[in-house]
Amino acid sequence: MMRSDPRALQLNEHGQLKHFLTLDGLDKTILTEILDRAESFLSMGEQSVKKVPLLRGKTVVNLFFENSTRTRTTFELAAKRLSADVINLNIETSATSKGESLLDTLKNLEAMQSDMFIVRHSDSGAPHFIAEHCTPNVAIINAGDGRHAHPTQAMLDMLTIRRHKGTFDGLKVAIVGDILHSRVARSQLHALTTLGVDEVRLVGPKTLVPEFFTEMGATICHDLEAGLKDVDVVVMLRLQKERMKGALLPSEGEFYRLYGLTEESLSWAKPDAIVMHPGPINRGVEISSEVADGERSVILNQVTNGIAVRMAVLSMAMSGQLQSSEVQTAGDE
Amino acid sequence: MKLDLEQSLASMKTQLTAYCLQKGITNPIVVGIHTGGVWVAEQLMSVVATDAPLATLDITFYRDDFTRAGLNPKVNQTSLPSIEDRHVILVDDVLMSGRTIRAAMNEIFDFGRPASISLAILYDLGKHELPIQADVIGERLTLNPDQRVKLSGPSPLTVSVIEAH
Repeated sequence: MMRSDPRALQLNEHGQLKHFLTLDGLDKTILTEILDRAESFLSMGEQSVKKVPLLRGKTVVNLFFENSTRTRTTFELAAKRLSADVINLNIETSATSKGESLLDTLKNLEAMQSDMFIVRHSDSGAPHFIAEHCTPNVAIINAGDGRHAHPTQAMLDMLTIRRHKGTFDGLKVAIVGDILHSRVARSQLHALTTLGVDEVRLVGPKTLVPEFFTEMGATICHDLEAGLKDVDVVVMLRLQKERMKGALLPSEGEFYRLYGLTEESLSWAKPDAIVMHPGPINRGVEISSEVADGERSVILNQVTNGIAVRMAVLSMAMSGQLQSSEVQTAGDE
Repeated sequence: MKLDLEQSLASMKTQLTAYCLQKGITNPIVVGIHTGGVWVAEQLMSVVATDAPLATLDITFYRDDFTRAGLNPKVNQTSLPSIEDRHVILVDDVLMSGRTIRAAMNEIFDFGRPASISLAILYDLGKHELPIQADVIGERLTLNPDQRVKLSGPSPLTVSVIEAH
């Protein structure tokens, strides 16, 4: 099936976000706006009522075709703190198992006057497909699709880096582990290069760090010590056992010995380096408990920042969608 | 049109002092609405007896025209102390429709339950669209539909009437 360019699809005629599908093609101005807006939502934590009425009366549907408790929960909290009404649909257990097609399910949700779908799917491109073919006036937010992208995760990582390092200029960032299966790594790479860090290193075994990533501006390292040397930020990725069908690794023990982040391997990075992980973490598989719970770990800050970033993205996409449909309506008259 | 900013500010200070006395308002929290309201509030702090530093409010997330105008790209810091059972003096540069004040009151209530809220305004332009009146008014102005008051600051604080096209 022909698909339009997702980069064009997610912006309205004023250049504002109306869907949030991928970071590919979004410029530094938009990424910075997301971060700035997220910062202003972070300060909302001081209010006794942790809620603003921006999306009051809007209906947000969490469409999760693939399980993810943390992502779904933080999206739900973000939408609720914007005063939206939220419905969670676990598609695996609902109408599709009775034979209803995806398209019919979506048409029904649109007929219920939903304003926004937050989509998680194991197939790359599913949110894009929905944005393009299903529901023109519904804002679509990608909450992770196959190996393709996980843009809100990457942006919460960017917010975490900016809050700890102050800037992106001159930073060296290492992303370690299963790059091949990681949509997070792809989105992070887009964000980091757009925001202008000095260097992004992808670190892992040859089977999990394919050479084609050099085309996206990354340096590839198959040795952990070389990869971590003098970096400011270490991003550990989860070993995605559920996506690993072939024999890409000798064993978990072998992986930990070569690429696991321990106090010893972390000492190769800069002394003030921060350690991030999108979660859920596998202790003793890609990261030691000492490091995960240590003082350089910002893993729980990432979770807090995740809600603020999702509030930023939801409010911006809803705003852009409304501006865009206003123009369409005006044009129809 | 020439506006005498000094005179209007002096008038606000006199009125505010008398108003607080008359209402028995002691130790209030002065809250300026970003951006002009904060500058005006800074000027008023000298006549208000309070232990609370100047508080600031950004009402972007509480506006009622989100679906029409979209998001304001720049959001300033809201910084309110505990307002539970405190008297609040809300300060803005201009009162017109009253919608900003409504949004500000909604936001204040999300921080707690104040004992009272009073409103001090530098320029009241009339044209109210909501039942909201100021308690302290620097000057009442009647402008043509295409005229706007523009406050620049914070120092020096200046005001001019501009023609909007």
